[in-house]
Amino acid sequence: MSSGVQTPSADGYLLGVEDLKVSFRTEDGVVRAVDGVSFGIKPGEVVAIVGESGSGKSVTAMTLMGLTRSPNATFEGRALFDGRDLISATDEELRKVRGGGIAMVFQDPMSSLDPVQRIGKQIVEQIRAHDKNISKAQAYDRAAELMERVGVPRARERLRSYPHEFSGGMRQRVMIAMALSNDPRLLLADEPTTALDVTIQAQILDELRQLRDATGAAIILVTHDLGVVADIADRIVVMYAGRVVEQGTLDEIFYDPQHPYTWGLLGSIARIDRDRSQRLPAIPGLPPSLLRPPEGCHFRPRCPHAFDRCTQVPELKSRLADAPDHLDRCWLEPERKRALRVVGDQIGLASEQAVIS
Amino acid sequence: MSRFIVRRLFSMLGVLFAISVLTFLLFNALPNPALRLAGRFASAAQIAHINHQWGFDKPVYIRYFTIMKLVFTGKVISYDQQVNVDHELLQYLPVTVSLAIGAGIIWLSTGILFGVLSAWRAGRWLDRGLTVLALIGVSMPVFFLGALMSYYLGDKWGILPAGGYVKLQDDPAQWFVHMLMPWFALSVLFIGVYSRVLRSTILDTVNDDYVRTARAKGLTERQTMTRHVLRNSLIPIVTLFGLDFAAVIGGGAILTETVFNLHGIGQYAAQSVEALDIPPVLVITLFGAFVVVIIGAFVDILYAYLDPRIRL
Amino acid sequence: MSVDGNGDVIDVEAAAQADGSSAPDGTPLLAVDHLRVLFPIKAGTVVNRKIGYVHAVDDVTFVLNEGETLGIVGESGCGKTTLIRTLVRLVDSTGGTIRFRGADITNADRKDLQPIRREMQMVFQDPQASLNPRKRINQIIATPLRIRGVPKDRFEAETRGLLDKVGLQPEHLNRFPHEFSGGQRQRIGIARALAVEPKLILLDEPVSALDVSIQAQVINLLDKLQDDLHLSYVFVAHDLGVVRHVSDRIIVMYLGKLMEISPAEELYTKPIHPYTSALLGAIPIPDPNENRARERTMLTGEPPNPINPPTGCRFHTRCPFATEICSTAEPPLTQYANGHLAACHHPQHVTASEVVGAVRSEASPLSAGEDRPVT
Repeated sequence: MSSGVQTPSADGYLLGVEDLKVSFRTEDGVVRAVDGVSFGIKPGEVVAIVGESGSGKSVTAMTLMGLTRSPNATFEGRALFDGRDLISATDEELRKVRGGGIAMVFQDPMSSLDPVQRIGKQIVEQIRAHDKNISKAQAYDRAAELMERVGVPRARERLRSYPHEFSGGMRQRVMIAMALSNDPRLLLADEPTTALDVTIQAQILDELRQLRDATGAAIILVTHDLGVVADIADRIVVMYAGRVVEQGTLDEIFYDPQHPYTWGLLGSIARIDRDRSQRLPAIPGLPPSLLRPPEGCHFRPRCPHAFDRCTQVPELKSRLADAPDHLDRCWLEPERKRALRVVGDQIGLASEQAVIS
Repeated sequence: MSRFIVRRLFSMLGVLFAISVLTFLLFNALPNPALRLAGRFASAAQIAHINHQWGFDKPVYIRYFTIMKLVFTGKVISYDQQVNVDHELLQYLPVTVSLAIGAGIIWLSTGILFGVLSAWRAGRWLDRGLTVLALIGVSMPVFFLGALMSYYLGDKWGILPAGGYVKLQDDPAQWFVHMLMPWFALSVLFIGVYSRVLRSTILDTVNDDYVRTARAKGLTERQTMTRHVLRNSLIPIVTLFGLDFAAVIGGGAILTETVFNLHGIGQYAAQSVEALDIPPVLVITLFGAFVVVIIGAFVDILYAYLDPRIRL
Repeated sequence: MSVDGNGDVIDVEAAAQADGSSAPDGTPLLAVDHLRVLFPIKAGTVVNRKIGYVHAVDDVTFVLNEGETLGIVGESGCGKTTLIRTLVRLVDSTGGTIRFRGADITNADRKDLQPIRREMQMVFQDPQASLNPRKRINQIIATPLRIRGVPKDRFEAETRGLLDKVGLQPEHLNRFPHEFSGGQRQRIGIARALAVEPKLILLDEPVSALDVSIQAQVINLLDKLQDDLHLSYVFVAHDLGVVRHVSDRIIVMYLGKLMEISPAEELYTKPIHPYTSALLGAIPIPDPNENRARERTMLTGEPPNPINPPTGCRFHTRCPFATEICSTAEPPLTQYANGHLAACHHPQHVTASEVVGAVRSEASPLSAGEDRPVT
């Protein structure tokens, strides 16, 4: 069991994920999509899971709801929610939690809503899946209330609209309204604003913040956008090739990052408030194949600071005396890190300027 | 939606008109039309009479209206058979309709059932078995299957009547028994096609994002399947069914009717062609085309009702 | 890009380019004048009648000089994608002119366009969709080589050279697109565009579909290619950070109109148009302290309907500074110092003297009034 996660529920944790592993059997072999992820989240907290394609962040979130269950998937580890393990729960137990205690908002609101049914019907469906006693009229009232709460104008009328009759931003609000229909205590949001314009994104993020403040729900936000993370997250879990490579509070990750991949991520962003330097310190190469991941640290092939110890998998633990909850998976000495991570005048991953594929 | 319906109906009228003109031109292209129409036993006087009645001595556009008037007011005569074609048509229609409706119910329900089963057990033995059945169904010519059934089940073992039709009003039980084999023979092809199409649509839909959302909402697997997957997957089947059904009514079941000696529109058409009896062929062509277009329009409207994105 | 590491302009020629006027020889590479692209909307019960137009691009004027990178930003519906497609004549314009090196290509037919098309190439957003999945890489690149007139026996050598330029290995020649990652596919798209030896490359959201760390690689590649091959770019994106990094000048569009044209260095420090400020304010900065310290006014509501755009200034319905004149009179494009233009009656971040010194730009839409801005 990795450190950093105290016993959930006992220590006020709403959800505690312990050494979660998810593998998929494919024609070409076994893909280890999630390879030992552990973290916890308390009520009212916003935890961002950050990573790029292939990092396993979406699979982690969807596994919490059991949406990745299939004949060729194998799971290990636990995810304790309300004292019950979601990973080994039966389908029926999981179904009760889905859309109830834990609700999810997906990335593309256009494809995530049934195109041939009216919005009201789809929201009411979720309400009635968890409350058998509520009448249809009451359910529709509640649906209108929810739409109003997320800022959809003329909410009652628009219950009769179809998904394609809404704009992108409105559709995402509808998805959020639907997710909130049973007062979830944990909201999973998988790239909720990636498909939206930046001004609408700002509105949606504000919406999520207000909801968190009003209901005390915790939010797990899966994203690749560090700007969004800086805006709304309390704690961050950075994932790379199926593993957590760094974990800590917002300030810890942005101002004292301990893993070269995090440095690379921070450095490769073209920031609007910074000077436009000639070249961005990009991370060379590509993420590894999850079929045959590299031995030891998964980031080793792309890391300019790799050394011989990196062929052993670094343990995820805190290497800083004064920050016991700031965990990382890197063998480098913390003092060296402070020097290595500065490129030019900002944090980044130092490497040759050559572009490698 | 109502605007869509109005526009679709208008467009349907347009197509019907175009079909009537096209059919007319085809028949007009026959050399010596009066002679052809009159048939083999006509006298010169008869030919002259036809010439006048059908307007072959008049300009093209008048001819068109004259012929259309004859067809739609039920005055087309088959000179060969000395009968009124429209009367004959009305007599044969119930047979074809019986065949179409019965077979339609069978092939729609069985096709859907097989499609759902195949998708549910995709890749496993049930799916493979049903796939083989579907391929047999699609590959087996209906006249061959019909002949086999008629011979073995009918003549040889006497389980079912080998052919012929009994009117529903006369004896419902016999009507049913006589129709069983024709229904089955006709359905086999469609069951094959529909089950494959549905299987494929379901397997695609199951991976769609909104199905994932349905599960994430806490719906049971069964609810997810019926309310979202099936609801979306059946929509293309609706279109297919409408057109296939229309084609059967319009005389498309020619082979089935012939093999089982059912005096339906298809068989009438076959006999008329064989006898080079033109008036019935003209009327049946128009009839068949009209049925397909009209039912097609209703299928479109139904589709727009089921899929609101289509209401252009 | 002709700026040094501090973002300072390094020579007079570059200065001339930055303010939007022409290069030393006088002819800009691309000159767009009052370009309009309107899409008719048809509806009707029995007969389809034109009931209105979508004002996708509504009177846009700008120039692009050799060696320059022009960035175009805006949100969905602003017209930037339609604009860039019209420039390569994938879409036909409804009014105005497009001139490439002085030659009017607005309505040129296919034959006349042929030589021009070799000089202007496009790189698309979705690297997966823009490569033919049934062709191998060498076949994909062979097509533009053939157009260029390269003899067949030189194909392989040329293709290897191109792949090398974009950072791919020679053994990638015989593979299919699906065997590559998104970033690699985008490099192939760039190699294909380079195969005809163009002078101008138009890029339609070239990095939006890529992971952040791969975005940086591709941006660096585009940078290097521009230096090595003396290319000019028109770069359309919705990510203001990326656009600011790659561009010399930036055009901000809203509902088919030009709101602001700014030198890249000034965009963040001196956004004159309130819409630009709103866009910048909406972008969360990946730096918690900076983010917290910023004062950001949030833009409410949704962008209005491009079929019936608002009267006067199109942004007035969502603008925190709008007054009466904004709903009645369309603001002209006013030129401020440094080649910075903005179409606004109430410009922000400009001093009174700057306003006094400003002139009405010729790039103003024909429908705009004569009004001078009021601070």
